[in-house]
Amino acid sequence: MEFFKKQTSFPFMATRKWWYGLSVLLMIASGVSFATRGLNLAIDFTGGVNATATFTQTANVDAVRSGLTAAGFKDPQVQNFGSSRDIVIRLPPEGSQNATTIRAKLEGILRAVDPSAQVQQLDVVGPQVGNELRTSAAWALGSTLVLIFLYIAVRFHTWRLSLGAILAVMHDPILVLGIFSVTQTSFDLAVVAAILAVIGYSLNDTVVVFDRIRERFETNRRLVPALALDQSINQTLSRTIMTKFVTSIVVVALLFLGGPVLRGFSEALLIGILAGTYSSIYISSAIALDCGLTAEHIFPTVRKAAADHLP
Amino acid sequence: MLEYARWKYILVTVVLLLGVLFALPNVFGDDPALQLARKDRAPVAADALPAVESFLRERGIQFERSYIDSGRMMVRFANVPEQLKARDAVNDHFKDTYATALSFASRAPAFLRKMGLRPMPLGLDLRGGLYLLYQVDVNAAVGQLLDGYAQDARRALSTANIAFKDVTVVKNGSDRSNAVRIVLPPEADISAARTALAQPLQGLQMTNESLPSGSALVATLTPAQIRERQDYAMQQNITTLRNRVNELGVSEPIVQRQGLDRINVQLPGVQNSAEVKDILGKVATLEFRLEDMQNSAYEAQQTGHTPLGSKLYTHTRFGRPILLKREVIATGDQLTNATSTPSQEGPAVSIKLDARAGEAMLKTTRANLNKRMAVVLIEKRRETSEVNGKKVTRDITDEQVINDATIRGIFSNNFQITGLSAGEARELALLLRSGSLATVIYEVEERAVGPSLGRDNIDKGVRALIIGMAGVFFFMWIYYKTFGLVADAVLLANVIVLAALLSLMRASLSLPGIAGIILTVGMAVDANVLIYERIREEIRKGVSPQAAIRAGFEKAFSAIADSNVTTLIAGVVLWVLGTGAIRGFAVVLTLGIFTSLFTALMGSRALITLMYGGRRKLTHLSI
Repeated sequence: MEFFKKQTSFPFMATRKWWYGLSVLLMIASGVSFATRGLNLAIDFTGGVNATATFTQTANVDAVRSGLTAAGFKDPQVQNFGSSRDIVIRLPPEGSQNATTIRAKLEGILRAVDPSAQVQQLDVVGPQVGNELRTSAAWALGSTLVLIFLYIAVRFHTWRLSLGAILAVMHDPILVLGIFSVTQTSFDLAVVAAILAVIGYSLNDTVVVFDRIRERFETNRRLVPALALDQSINQTLSRTIMTKFVTSIVVVALLFLGGPVLRGFSEALLIGILAGTYSSIYISSAIALDCGLTAEHIFPTVRKAAADHLP
Repeated sequence: MLEYARWKYILVTVVLLLGVLFALPNVFGDDPALQLARKDRAPVAADALPAVESFLRERGIQFERSYIDSGRMMVRFANVPEQLKARDAVNDHFKDTYATALSFASRAPAFLRKMGLRPMPLGLDLRGGLYLLYQVDVNAAVGQLLDGYAQDARRALSTANIAFKDVTVVKNGSDRSNAVRIVLPPEADISAARTALAQPLQGLQMTNESLPSGSALVATLTPAQIRERQDYAMQQNITTLRNRVNELGVSEPIVQRQGLDRINVQLPGVQNSAEVKDILGKVATLEFRLEDMQNSAYEAQQTGHTPLGSKLYTHTRFGRPILLKREVIATGDQLTNATSTPSQEGPAVSIKLDARAGEAMLKTTRANLNKRMAVVLIEKRRETSEVNGKKVTRDITDEQVINDATIRGIFSNNFQITGLSAGEARELALLLRSGSLATVIYEVEERAVGPSLGRDNIDKGVRALIIGMAGVFFFMWIYYKTFGLVADAVLLANVIVLAALLSLMRASLSLPGIAGIILTVGMAVDANVLIYERIREEIRKGVSPQAAIRAGFEKAFSAIADSNVTTLIAGVVLWVLGTGAIRGFAVVLTLGIFTSLFTALMGSRALITLMYGGRRKLTHLSI
């Protein structure tokens, strides 16, 4: 079986203005949502209490919420989690939080709603830990981008390709953040891990295309750049689609079978992988082209001796 | 003809065989088990097994088998009810010999265990348990050190008959911090003071300071000394926490340092966090002091005027005031053992002191027969309260007189403390035995996962893994036919080698770790796809099948290498900066890159060369 029986020859470069437009639109939308709605940060980053509980029947979310408010918890969030019998409770950080007393209070409230309710999980994160995790997540994202930028710059000898790769790579996590901000999906440490993995994978595709561009120029230095880029993308197209399709199979398996704990993680991965496929096909090479990439940049002709400059 | 070097075949075979061997313990699953450790912490000898076995048989408790594993006895059961019955029975019958812990034991055959091969340990999210993150007040430890230096300085100056105005500790001053300031009168001989202080303040940086009312010497701790003291406090606290965790009888606990001033404690299988935390975080020590019999405690309480050399306390049990002499005969640090025992006067703690404290005790009891001695329990804790909307933390020291009694005989290093309830006696003995914490620790994070949620997480993770892999295998087979099957074999080998590596490293497997394995399967396909697409391209160009295979592997190599480096960067960053489950994911992701490179490049080439290399008339590839 093959996706494309014949070698494809889609004119990616000719239509690049449209794809730029689409990407810019998506980036602006993500930025606006990010700025106005922000992210629904999990207690990993904010500090606070996160508890999951299981009821014997359909959980009465409202009763639990009003019970919590009556017990003096400020702005409790109560939602179904995975099934109608499971709920997740989130409480913002408070001055003197003691897991033992919180557990006792919570159990009291839950038992009042359903005598055989069970607290399955209780996480209490102090505010200072939350701050530290936020900093270390930012560090992780920042240092990954810098390292990858350096790697690309060293590997491809020209800033034109590096810039294309970096913009394409930043495109994907921004889109993930945007969608997480629009849907207000809980943003926890696992999502940060997923975003880092996405950065790696997205670049993976770009690098494969760039590798082919280098090869195209190597065989024919006089190839028109736009054509060389089109050929490279087309020649690697079935690989790109195949790999991403197969990776999506496992991510979809994680998304539907991995349970609610991994939902955010797998959603971020799936969005990121789709965005990464798109950006490495439509964005990264096109930017390099608009920066004036030619064969000369990858394979500089050996300069003659410095004597040339002498009169 | 395709050829592949013989040593590469051998390498691939050896790695695969080792992989199967190391990954093997993971396939057997586990049984509920009971772990017995000797209370005196000596390793359990093999000849102790029959006694426990026959005891269990006597009680009609069904067990599968028992054996010694790294100094502890493990008894395996077919189900949880039998395990719980056994625990209660053993706790009841062997309570002086063994501490028990509920645990899981691998069903792997004994020969694997004897070779030291074990399954991957499961993270708390997969087996249930309690995760605690403690913050250690390392600055308080530095303060203690300075207090000690100040005391030594005072003593040295007094002995040398040098007058001084004041000796103060500067913890965090405006011009300097972590220093001891010795204020001298104007006429003082500074160089004599320096000489007197040279020995007690050895190693500190000494500077002169002139004040309007005389002069001062300032001895400052060097950064190296501060760090050393902080490290010492961390190490001491970790040791104490480890001891306490062991006393609690938790199976496979983890107590480890995290960063500069944090300690994380992982207790698999622990559900009751209140009891555990009460014991773990307690800073408690004892002081033995003589009672001040010359003065009236009631008078001191009413007038608020405590006689010199004494301190006023309230007796915890009887609520009456009590005056104790300031001199301490012995402290909890000088203890060599403490056990709770029943005595004629109710529950008691048997105390054994070290030689020096024993001598002091002997001297005191001999000189003070028929006078009274008291035991003071000192506990430190940290309290956070809100004052005018601001969070204020203060350290509180509770000093309680838990017992006072008339000295009826002369004793030295072996005696009993009474006046406690049975529970208090047990807890006090445990706390004293495990040593005291160097400084106050307080909890900054707690995560508790119930056992059924853990089971649920692992079931979901494994199901996602199996279905995801099945999907990939099926699709690869459809898309690449025979070569797809080769890729499937290679992917399977990849998962086996990865599982072997993780088992070898004893990295605990968490849910994100399982996600990492699943993701590795998805991404490991990439190398195969790159190679196969290349082979197809070459065939389209009309190259002969064997040449196409060779060209496919060679030309795909640079793309495979480059594209994996980028994922490697992300993996390594996560590994370095992440903690807990995130690090688990990073470990799997990073190792997965290496195993998938090895299996896809060497494994699949070996297999394909084996299949097609020898055929002289190969006209068609099933790809």
